[in-house]
Amino acid sequence: MATSQTPMEDAIRQKVTQAFAPASLEIFNDSHLHSHHKAMAGSTSQETHFRVYVTSDTFEGKRQPARHREVYSLLKDEMAAEGGIHALQLRTKTPQEAAATTEAK
Amino acid sequence: MKGTPETPQCGFSRASIQILGLQGVNPQKFTAFNVLEDEELRGGIKEYSDWPTIPQLYVNKEFVGGTDIMMSMHQDGTLAKLLEEKGVLVEADESDASSTSS
Repeated sequence: MATSQTPMEDAIRQKVTQAFAPASLEIFNDSHLHSHHKAMAGSTSQETHFRVYVTSDTFEGKRQPARHREVYSLLKDEMAAEGGIHALQLRTKTPQEAAATTEAK
Repeated sequence: MKGTPETPQCGFSRASIQILGLQGVNPQKFTAFNVLEDEELRGGIKEYSDWPTIPQLYVNKEFVGGTDIMMSMHQDGTLAKLLEEKGVLVEADESDASSTSS
């Protein structure tokens, strides 16, 4: 079996799916936009900056910081790893909140 | 944050400063700490808030969130409410500069 070209993205998808059973999950790899920024000097990873949009009813009744903490803690190893995830932009919503945003547009 | 409000060293720190500027936070009630100049702070603050990324916003010692949270609170109006309640905004009549100080 060929090695995945996107091990970080795969890990995010697998772990988030397992932990939150998301109604929707979008993962964007923005690493190319940041490859020249100072903190990335010396890094060869193509998977350093991600945007992750998760919609899950497990977020119900939790404030945003609590939701983000859950995702961060889930991906703790990936974020701590040398050359791992440097930045993780999160949008965490319940299905209800997601529906409200769509209507407002 | 990473860098200083005048010269942020990271896009997320820059965006956070811009949001606080748009909200009208009183510069005299705001202090930025540059984690790039203080390795101990950089590690310590992450542990303190149990939050792995920089920047982090605190209002009256209370952790509010990172850039994404500031952004969504900025958009839905809850950040304005919080900052106003905590009295950290530039006051409207203060800018008249007509009041006498005691």
